Amino acid sequence: MIFHPLILALLVASGLTSFLVLYASVFGAQILRRWDLQSGSEVQLGLERKTYLISTLLAFVFTSELLSLFLFVFTADKLHTFFVGAMCAAGTFNVNGFGYPALLLKTFNFVLAGTWLILNAADIRGYDYPLTKKKYGFLLALTPLILAETFLQTAFFLKMKPDITTSCCGSLFGSSGSSVATDLASLPVPTMKAAFGLSLLLTLAAGLYFMIKSRGGYVFAALSGVNLIVSLLAILSFISIYFYELPSHHCPFCILQKSYGFIGYPIYLAVLGGGICGLGVGLLNPFRKVASLAEVIPPLQRKLALAAVILLLVFAAIVGHRLAVSNLILQ
Amino acid sequence: MANGFDRQKNILDFTLSSLLRRKWKNLALVFVYTLVVFLLASVMFFSYAIRREASLLLDNAPEATVQRILAGRHSPIPLAYVDRIKDIAGVHAVRGRLWGYYFDPVVGANYTLVVPESGAPEKGTIRVGAGVARARSLLAGDMIEFKTAAGDILELEARAFFSADSELVSSDLVLLSADDFLAISGGTADLVTDIAVGVRNPRELATVAEKIAARLPDTRVILREEILRTYDAVFNWRGGLLVIILAGAMLAFIILAWDKASGLGPEERREIGILKAIGWETSDVLLMKFWEGMTVSLSSFLLGLLLAYFHVFTAGSGLLAPVLKGWSVLLPEFRLVPYIDAAQVAALFFLTVVPYSVATIIPAWRASIVDPDSVMR
Amino acid sequence: MLIELRDVRKVFHQGKPNEFTAVQGVNLWIEACRATVIQGPSGSGKTTLLSLVGCMTRPTSGRIEILGREVSSLPERFLTGVRRETFGFIFQHFNLVKGITALENVMLPAYPSGERQAALKKRALDLLDHFGVAAKAQSKVEMLSGGEAQRVTIARALINDPFVIVADEPTAHLDTRLAQEFMETMARLKEQRKTILIASHDPIVCDSPVVDRVVLIRDGRLEGEAG
Repeated sequence: MIFHPLILALLVASGLTSFLVLYASVFGAQILRRWDLQSGSEVQLGLERKTYLISTLLAFVFTSELLSLFLFVFTADKLHTFFVGAMCAAGTFNVNGFGYPALLLKTFNFVLAGTWLILNAADIRGYDYPLTKKKYGFLLALTPLILAETFLQTAFFLKMKPDITTSCCGSLFGSSGSSVATDLASLPVPTMKAAFGLSLLLTLAAGLYFMIKSRGGYVFAALSGVNLIVSLLAILSFISIYFYELPSHHCPFCILQKSYGFIGYPIYLAVLGGGICGLGVGLLNPFRKVASLAEVIPPLQRKLALAAVILLLVFAAIVGHRLAVSNLILQ
Repeated sequence: MANGFDRQKNILDFTLSSLLRRKWKNLALVFVYTLVVFLLASVMFFSYAIRREASLLLDNAPEATVQRILAGRHSPIPLAYVDRIKDIAGVHAVRGRLWGYYFDPVVGANYTLVVPESGAPEKGTIRVGAGVARARSLLAGDMIEFKTAAGDILELEARAFFSADSELVSSDLVLLSADDFLAISGGTADLVTDIAVGVRNPRELATVAEKIAARLPDTRVILREEILRTYDAVFNWRGGLLVIILAGAMLAFIILAWDKASGLGPEERREIGILKAIGWETSDVLLMKFWEGMTVSLSSFLLGLLLAYFHVFTAGSGLLAPVLKGWSVLLPEFRLVPYIDAAQVAALFFLTVVPYSVATIIPAWRASIVDPDSVMR
Repeated sequence: MLIELRDVRKVFHQGKPNEFTAVQGVNLWIEACRATVIQGPSGSGKTTLLSLVGCMTRPTSGRIEILGREVSSLPERFLTGVRRETFGFIFQHFNLVKGITALENVMLPAYPSGERQAALKKRALDLLDHFGVAAKAQSKVEMLSGGEAQRVTIARALINDPFVIVADEPTAHLDTRLAQEFMETMARLKEQRKTILIASHDPIVCDSPVVDRVVLIRDGRLEGEAG
């Protein structure tokens, strides 16, 4: 194992996160069994007081999930000098079998964590804890995923030895080779451009429609989810090459490096953030009719939709600008 | 719900005033916290700055160095090999280098003798680094005696010195002419110490190295990036090791944080009871505790960083240098070029502020759930 | 009815050996714009009853309604919101925060509502002025005399312009003159259409002409009203 301070920091953070999530889950199980809002008994009062603690812990946990996803990629990028053949984070992740699974799971958990926070925000605004049980049910489902993530990340770092020969993003995401990554990266560009443009426009339209008419929440959420995936694929298949001005360089991580102005960070933040907000709208939709939330959810949804639209526009602007000024010309 | 921004401002206001009211307790905490950050940051800044200097220096090193290995030991390499390397595809610069070590019994130190590619000193004169000059108390024009391989004494004049800025590299350096070097080392004109090879396209390096090894089986090729990687590994290993050792200090710090936060004195408990009674919710008190923690954390973190910066980049890291540099007789004194990047700050943040915040969550919550009617009873 | 309690019971340390029922079987209504006194010896449960009425604690069983809205099962966040808007508290021991000024003490209850500091400050100063202690606004509370501190507490109770003033044994540590002054202040507040609720066993309070109704409590149960 490499004793790099960033690695230590990530291990510490994920250890703490897992521990807190487990603690919160145990409590969540209690809630699911004994919650009774009508009762004024001390047990119920104690549970209610504890929900403050758990909410605080989970707010902390999920914020740290958000930060640690980006720190994870940042660290992988910094570590690439240790490995022969690695030029960026792509190579680092490929060093052993745990790298990419850890990254994918972390991203997935990032999105789930964001949606949990949205559900929590709605719940605390209702005067009768309307979503508390569902919230903790969701938490119990999330816990094994977070524990798995910690396991994968730790295994990844523990098995890391300097000097391992790994692949550069050129071969991982390039035109030759037969991995999933290569297949994704070599999707035909004109088709992807069309798909991406269409998906983005539809999502934006659904978002604006929802903001104005407060209808079509599910449609918007579904489109947001699809758009998230399509956008990530688009980055892999054609957006990246316009940044690198090299038709064979598809790496999704090199844009995070200094030489490209760290442009990767705003791009991924916008894409993931927009996806989370859009999905959040759909998540809250079933609860619009609940009495205590009737006044709370629609404005919250509108805010989320607005955030999603703005983030997607930021993403579109960055991409559009790059496509316009890039020196790359594809036939 | 409340207008977010003003609520934050109001509560932050109260938090600051309440921190000041318990000045001494909070100052003690800030002191310890700053110390922990200072130690960690010093270690990190120092190791990274040195590593960066090393890599910058290595930028000037040849992409590949060819050494002759006989019976597993390094031995002088025939100058004739230069021609055999020159015509390998991709090679654009080849030259033989003359350098070696010299043990000076007078001060018990090793000097590095180097014959530079161009601008070598006149025969009979040398240029020396600051470490050598200090060790031998040399002034310009003084003579040093060198013992030659043949057993004679060779006196060389120290005509010039290297500037202090380059001490990291030149401290123990002695530049001399080829003739003088050969006299001291006992070598002949057809042998050199090693051969430096420059390759036009860095991607071809591995291929070229293979070809050289194939053509000249009694040699080995050392690539510059391998050196860099080794440096990285060593520095990170050492830096990480220190961090682990400091983990003990950190653990004590976390325990202290927990203790200070849990210890809700009767005065503080009463105050929170009053706040709850007059209309503050649990989440308002939690927010206050959060701001308390943030204020302490951020000020300690920034203070610790600043002090570490001065310690390492201005004051020469007096406390840490011996551990991190390994030991040698001619310790260079030098100013490190300040080098901090986001990675270091992020790592420091995650290793100090995050554990502290976690340690204080539960005590903060316990404080905030004081019942509003507690002041009535 | 402004406030209604139905069959309210409050138990402390439930399930433990020191389980203790503070009040039970309480059926009570409080009328708006009137002054009501809850009279009873110490240990009778008056303070608990006051806490229940003032939304400081939830009943173990029973219902409490304020202006027709059921509050007994509201989450703490909402309960506190109701409390801030509806009630202003005056405590037995003043309970001012030490180490900060009188002005800050008066502003504190309104901090969580996110009001602009400038507007809040002005309101607080006006209140202090109304009670004749504006000159002491910047003094730390330790520097105030008993009478001044009492007036600051009343000003603090009024900062959120509540419907109801709740006072727990307000005259317990006051001399006769200050106690009478206190009741005069309550009379003025009643004229301003505030509802007054006081727990006390001090005759100066209970026998005051300001008071419209006296409710008797003993051993956690209501025992009717004084004539």
